[in-house]
Amino acid sequence: MFQRILVANRGEIALRVIRACKDMGIEVVAVFSEADRGAHYLSLADQAICIGPGVASESYLNIPRIISAAEIGDVQAIHPGYGFLSENAHFAEVCRSCNIEFIGPPEKAMRQLGNKNEARKLAMAAKVPVVPGSEGLITREEDALKLAHEMGYPVLIKAAAGGGGRGMRVAHNDISLKTGLASASQEAESAFKDGSVYLEKYIEHPRHVEVQVLGDKHGNVIHLWERDCSLQRRHQKLVEESPAPRLPESVRQELCQAAVRLVKTAGYYSAGTCEFLVDKDNRFYFIEVNARIQVEHPVTELVTGIDLVQQQIRIAAGEKLSLTQDQVERRGSAIEVRINAEDPAAGFRPSPGLITAWKPPGGPGIRLDTHVSAGYRVPPNYDSLVAKLLVHRPTRDEAIDTMRRALAEFHVEGIKTTIPILRDILNDIAFREAKVDTTYIERTYLKKEA
Amino acid sequence: MAEESGPSPFDVRTVRDLVGLMSRHDLAELELADGTRSIKLKRAIAAPMPILTATPVAMAPVAHAAPVAAAPVAAAAIEPVKAARPLLEIKSPTPGTFYSSPKPTDPPFVQVGSKVGPGTIVCIIEAMKIFNEIPADLTGTIVEVCVESKQPVEYGQVLFRIDPAA
Repeated sequence: MFQRILVANRGEIALRVIRACKDMGIEVVAVFSEADRGAHYLSLADQAICIGPGVASESYLNIPRIISAAEIGDVQAIHPGYGFLSENAHFAEVCRSCNIEFIGPPEKAMRQLGNKNEARKLAMAAKVPVVPGSEGLITREEDALKLAHEMGYPVLIKAAAGGGGRGMRVAHNDISLKTGLASASQEAESAFKDGSVYLEKYIEHPRHVEVQVLGDKHGNVIHLWERDCSLQRRHQKLVEESPAPRLPESVRQELCQAAVRLVKTAGYYSAGTCEFLVDKDNRFYFIEVNARIQVEHPVTELVTGIDLVQQQIRIAAGEKLSLTQDQVERRGSAIEVRINAEDPAAGFRPSPGLITAWKPPGGPGIRLDTHVSAGYRVPPNYDSLVAKLLVHRPTRDEAIDTMRRALAEFHVEGIKTTIPILRDILNDIAFREAKVDTTYIERTYLKKEA
Repeated sequence: MAEESGPSPFDVRTVRDLVGLMSRHDLAELELADGTRSIKLKRAIAAPMPILTATPVAMAPVAHAAPVAAAPVAAAAIEPVKAARPLLEIKSPTPGTFYSSPKPTDPPFVQVGSKVGPGTIVCIIEAMKIFNEIPADLTGTIVEVCVESKQPVEYGQVLFRIDPAA
């Protein structure tokens, strides 16, 4: 087992990794940029090393500086968290070539699954249903038009190198398909240095259901059930829950097994998530794999009782999975809401600044993952997530009631947060009845603002 | 336990940086306000020894160590008030290992009393097996070597202090 691990990240996920290490008796080294200097969570690590100025490219995204910190920190492994370098296969390669284990998947699987088009091909090879679409990349406009007519509009143009909802265009007819191809490709070229695109049928009003998987270095792969993350705004998740409501048990089983099949085919190990779209007829289609620990991983931790970050560390250290599929429990219903430093009343404009009051909820069924407290200054340089509020109760109705109580207790001053819109969502009948899909937030809430 | 984090006017690092900033840019006066707290620094340009003053209100939070930082910061806060000369600092541009000489058997690049110019190599910081030669980027005389050879350093750590006037 490792004696010392470096966490190459910041904020709440850095704290999460610090806590996992502390639970396991492993020493942990944190890194920080000048913008994060003085943050309280850093003092919980055994050592904290400044790696650069606030700008991410010179700190959290800077491979030489992170590796240097790992060397002077004398660590045997690096946990990349999520975002930043967590899905950077080159970083994983550099770590391992410097004899520092990268707590994540093998580079080959990262590369293959990181390219959406390659992942799609892998899914087809593993007999996992994919959204109907092009066999590979679209290089000629005529091919796109022909395929669109075969599948029927609307269609979705997707960047192969994209992610997080970027580099996508919906086309409802030939004209918008032609212009969409050009603009999606251009956007992808400038954002991801890769303008290649492919085509998919556009599934209307889908639900987003993803499966948590865990694999070890000995070829064992299990799933830890699914999460429903349909409530999104601009492809950013706001609310996640498990189990996925209104999903027939047979579909749930098939979905989860498909995820296991897919990642096994990729030779995957560590934690990962397979994302699917589920249409109104409960047919599911694979869209992508996130080859990292995710923001919403605590939802799964609550319903299964399994500590996913600890599992990642054990897997990286070469241990076999300690559970077989049959031993994975599911108990009750868990919901997570993301508290971001954003102003929902002003188009979700980021709201960095000094938190002057922070009165979080507590009591039965509540888990709060956060690195902030009163007196913390939210820096403007990074993403706006300040806290993840979770509830876990025996039934979904009880979980919703407890989440409503928790959000009512939550009082924050000094910054704007997404708490008001989360309260609205949790009070919404449509959410209670699980009649929501990925377009729900935009259709219901965002039209209210100018 | 520190509740506040992030830069504040009374962080001793900030005060030191402000002193350096003032002498580098030949500023006579600098005042910062943050809500009800403020700090004012005055430098007598004519005199060779600039004087640092701060309003009593400003010093209080640093001295009392709450809610800002723990006791060690309060003790260190005395330092900038005593500082009579505007010393400049050479800071590490990367985390890594500091080496004072090109090879273990060689004499150090610089020592106290060495005169340096912008292109003078003052040390090596090894990062990821790459030995980066660090130039002074300043003119003056080394008055303090703040780290030892083979010591791990972090980004922004002070390596040398230089008197630009000497």
